[in-house]
Amino acid sequence: MELIKKLCEAFGPSGREKEVRELIKGLIKDQCDELKVDALGNLIARKKPESDSKNPSKIMLCAHMDEIGVIITHIEKSGFLRFAPVGGVYPGQTLAQRVKFENGILGVIGVETKQGTPRPPRLDNMFIDIGARDREEAEKLVKIGDMATFHQVVEKINNRIMAKALDDRIGCYCLIETLRRVKNNKDDLYFVFSAQEEVGVRGARTGAFAIAPKYALAIDVTGTGDTPESPRMDVALGKGVAIKVKDRRFIAHQDIRNRLIQYAREIKVDYQLEVLEFGSTDASIIQIVREGARTGVLSIPTRYVHSTGEVCDINDVEQTIKLLVHTVENGFD
Amino acid sequence: MLKKLCEMIGVSGDEEEVRNYIRNQIESYADELIEDAYGNLIVRKGKDSDRRIMLAAHMDEVGFMITVIEKNGLLRFKPIGIPARVLLGKRVVFRKKEVKGIIGVKPIHQLKPEEKEKVPQTDQLFIDIGAGSKEEAEKIVEIGDYCTFDTRFSKQGDIIFGKAFDNRIGCYVLIQLLKNYDLPGYYAFTVQEELGLRGARIAGYRVDPQIALAVDTTASGRWPTEKDLPQYPQITKGPAISIADRSVICDKELTDLIIETAQKNGIPYQFKRPMIGGTDAGVIHLVKTGVRAAVLCTPARYIHSPLSIASMNDIEAMIKLLGLSIKEILNKGALWN
Repeated sequence: MELIKKLCEAFGPSGREKEVRELIKGLIKDQCDELKVDALGNLIARKKPESDSKNPSKIMLCAHMDEIGVIITHIEKSGFLRFAPVGGVYPGQTLAQRVKFENGILGVIGVETKQGTPRPPRLDNMFIDIGARDREEAEKLVKIGDMATFHQVVEKINNRIMAKALDDRIGCYCLIETLRRVKNNKDDLYFVFSAQEEVGVRGARTGAFAIAPKYALAIDVTGTGDTPESPRMDVALGKGVAIKVKDRRFIAHQDIRNRLIQYAREIKVDYQLEVLEFGSTDASIIQIVREGARTGVLSIPTRYVHSTGEVCDINDVEQTIKLLVHTVENGFD
Repeated sequence: MLKKLCEMIGVSGDEEEVRNYIRNQIESYADELIEDAYGNLIVRKGKDSDRRIMLAAHMDEVGFMITVIEKNGLLRFKPIGIPARVLLGKRVVFRKKEVKGIIGVKPIHQLKPEEKEKVPQTDQLFIDIGAGSKEEAEKIVEIGDYCTFDTRFSKQGDIIFGKAFDNRIGCYVLIQLLKNYDLPGYYAFTVQEELGLRGARIAGYRVDPQIALAVDTTASGRWPTEKDLPQYPQITKGPAISIADRSVICDKELTDLIIETAQKNGIPYQFKRPMIGGTDAGVIHLVKTGVRAAVLCTPARYIHSPLSIASMNDIEAMIKLLGLSIKEILNKGALWN
């Protein structure tokens, strides 16, 4: 829980993942055989196969480090900041949120209240208040082009975690834990903590090109259909890891999907099958880089994705790690 | 040279004339010259090396393609990157053909009252080349022909007026760098940017650089508003450096180096408005194992219209900033890891 808290509370909007990357680097540098950072900011850790392994295959495991956020587009004379979204920022979840800049400066999102402001307001009717009295004071604290993330602490509610950026730090957590626990892998494993997923799966593309894996798994969050009046979706919190069948831009390779189901049954891991009608993951690009890779996705069911109160179930996370460890120890060949 | 570049016709997919002109200008400065299958012109200056920096400027401009020749000799067209509201009553010119036309518009005498304040949709508009029938028109033009605005280039002091500033200014900057700065690198003049960054992707794949700089044009202008809202960069205030747009989040170290270079040398600069538009860097930075990318734009008012306005001082500052920055980049080992 301590680690999940650190991961989720770290600052890391798309393209500014440094803090998250350094945190993860420190955690895994002794667990892997190679570690590097590429031009887009992906952190790639390799765990080589056992020396007696015959014909190892390259398997890429990918979870993204970046979270959604905002970027400053203008500083008003009055000291208020105007902003544009970085990734999928929903206006309805943005109002009155606190934001935090990389240098620690805090602010709150206000909204124009004059008659005639559209209801619900759009992002361009909103502004950030960092407590500055005028532009001059604001410019000492932030500048145009600075990014901020939605600021919130991580809490445990019952057996569940409530946090910002569970999308996809919880996936990063699963990869870190898997890397720690995996033993005797016969395949060549690449753990990719990818950058810039939220702005269009950019890091995963170059990461996959560098690795050229035969098989790949993305670990990300997925929506659920278990809240009042939610869209019909047969995924719920607490019912185990979700094995993805399809989402908006991706169909899981059937052999991979079936193998994941088989492994889950073998080691008695709770799983559910996921059909997501919106959204997608790094897997959508990894499967079509170079000559293509056989790709699947393990998802952690998560409510209120892209809000500061995302909620997932600790047991689902544990099930995901168990299945991941077993899968990478046995491979797909 | 800028006048010539801007008066040439080179709509996306029809960049031949621009390409040939640039080729002639730079041939003697190039160590290798490649024209790829898609029409990109790529110049290598200096030795082939493991450290490759790529500069990209697109040659294509916005314009029109003829889609249908009507029975009465009028031409229907598809605009490339141009909204209907800037089309009415404008003169157009076809490449290679001694023919001009006008985007027809009903005179005030024929307008119904409710039509007076409305802008017609593009599919209600047509180009009139003075042909009286389909047969007559077909002797002059055919389906698939390109045309663009018929606009002369002119200059008043520092300020220049013309069409196709987006992105012949960028081409001009690259040519000047090639001619006046002895900087090793790959200089790519790309095609079909306005259709979705198409040429730059394969040019980037071929060069496979570690560092890329897109040199483009960005919308300028201050529109009077009551509210204190995000601004576009201003002409005469220097090159606009991009932090992030819809296609790329620029590399921070690289962008910071360019900003520092401007500050150190007293070159004016400003920021491009974040998260709008896209440039060739959007595809180049995702080529192969990934590329550190930055974007520099010359501000120009009224781009994607018949007439744009820009500042020669901005362009000179851009050339200087790029020249000095590239020197710094080549010497900064940390960027090349």
